[in-house]
Amino acid sequence: MKRSSVLNVADRNASVQILDGNHAAAEGAKLSRVQVVAAYPITPQSPVTETLSEFVEEGNLNAEYVAVESEHSALAVCTSASIVGARTFTATSSHGLAYMHEMLHWVAGTRLPVVLACVNRAIGAPWNVLNDQQDSISQRDTGWIQIYARNNQEILDSVIQAYKIAEAVYVPVMVCYDGYILSHTEMPVDIPSQEDVDRFLPPYKPHTTLDPAKPRNYNLVTLANPRVNAEGVLCHGYMEIRYLLQEALQNSRETIARVGQEFGELFGRSYAKMFWEDRLDDADIVIVAMGSLAMEATVAADMLREEGHKAGVLGLRVFRPFPKSDLVKALKKSRLIVVFDKNISYGLEGATCSEIKSALYGSGANAVVRNFIVGLGGRDVKARELADAVKKSLSSMKEGVLNNEYPEWICEI
Amino acid sequence: MGTRECKHICGESSQGIGEAGRTGEWRSARPVIDHDKCTPARQNKPACFLCWLYCPDAVISKTIPVQINLEYCKGCEICAQVCPTHAITMVNEEEFSS
Repeated sequence: MKRSSVLNVADRNASVQILDGNHAAAEGAKLSRVQVVAAYPITPQSPVTETLSEFVEEGNLNAEYVAVESEHSALAVCTSASIVGARTFTATSSHGLAYMHEMLHWVAGTRLPVVLACVNRAIGAPWNVLNDQQDSISQRDTGWIQIYARNNQEILDSVIQAYKIAEAVYVPVMVCYDGYILSHTEMPVDIPSQEDVDRFLPPYKPHTTLDPAKPRNYNLVTLANPRVNAEGVLCHGYMEIRYLLQEALQNSRETIARVGQEFGELFGRSYAKMFWEDRLDDADIVIVAMGSLAMEATVAADMLREEGHKAGVLGLRVFRPFPKSDLVKALKKSRLIVVFDKNISYGLEGATCSEIKSALYGSGANAVVRNFIVGLGGRDVKARELADAVKKSLSSMKEGVLNNEYPEWICEI
Repeated sequence: MGTRECKHICGESSQGIGEAGRTGEWRSARPVIDHDKCTPARQNKPACFLCWLYCPDAVISKTIPVQINLEYCKGCEICAQVCPTHAITMVNEEEFSS
């Protein structure tokens, strides 16, 4: 790999440490010089809040740590702090994220660049503290950018990039990573120096300035139709404000790619694409998954390759905005697409599968698509099971049905 | 022409005349004090101040003489009603408009 001089400078300043995912997220927030942290502990996110409060207590992070009584309040504090110009961070999981639901809408609607680490955990009922991705998938329509990390390095890198993306497009970013599988598993993480992160990430410039000499009211009751304000300027109605949020997410794709590219130039790990590919060049079978599940899928692809199948993996990294056209390009040569979801939209199928199919509509692609629901509530997902599911899909292909009515589940019912 | 011209990216408004507490132009009658009848002014003592006590908008000062802040006064007439010496009369705003 060719290395630029810039990269060599960054390399000298970096240090590799053995970190679990939660510490990687906390390090990412610290390196991003967050100014306000408000979070409420919940399994498996708790070490993120503990680590950040230690950073603040020890004087290693110049931030206000606000101890709150709930996740709803945590995000409310971040909302207020962000609108007055502070870089804010919060983290949660599962029921905590569900409890934030209302505030997730408020943050996105106010276009505040809050960054939230979601440590993916199953949601009740019944009670379960283990991993799946139902919590963040259930929040996909709140107007947040969603990034899914595949390993602990990506967690740290994604948190730092999240601020640069969020503060450029004024859309909040949720960095999602699998509970336990990443949050409590230690692996080597290259920690960039503060100096290099400072070069990458400029200070936060809020889109609004609160000034008593020039009073403004934000998030007032906004009527259906546009209205003329006190200065005679026609202002948005509710719908125009919501249009701008969609437009910002649409346009954020370019920013995400640019920021990922810049990150790569400085730190040697490029995130210029919204998904990563493993052996797609010659693959006619593509396994699609998000987060650490996609890493497991690469082992399944190894097994399938050994058995003579041309299998590859597409690991979806950015779920919102959904990279429709790029996905179509990456999938156009495949004749079988097997999507594994650690979530389900009850009554239909896994969310990733629905959206892959919607992206393919009208593209001319004629691939068979199969969907498997796996790993809910911490159920172990074995590479062998994924490989077997692909082989089962290969035999069902012969029936000529492109799109099944419902997904299959890998469980023991 | 669409609403982009306002350049807002979230719900935002600025105060206009009559907003953020200022009454603006909609008051129909304003209180006028005759200091020859008003107790504090007449006696040069801090006494009475019932108008100050009852004003729901707190626009009447507890001073000698009593003063009414017309920028915020809504013209509700409570001061005129409670004044024991009938020192306050309500005068139609139209009389001041010319």
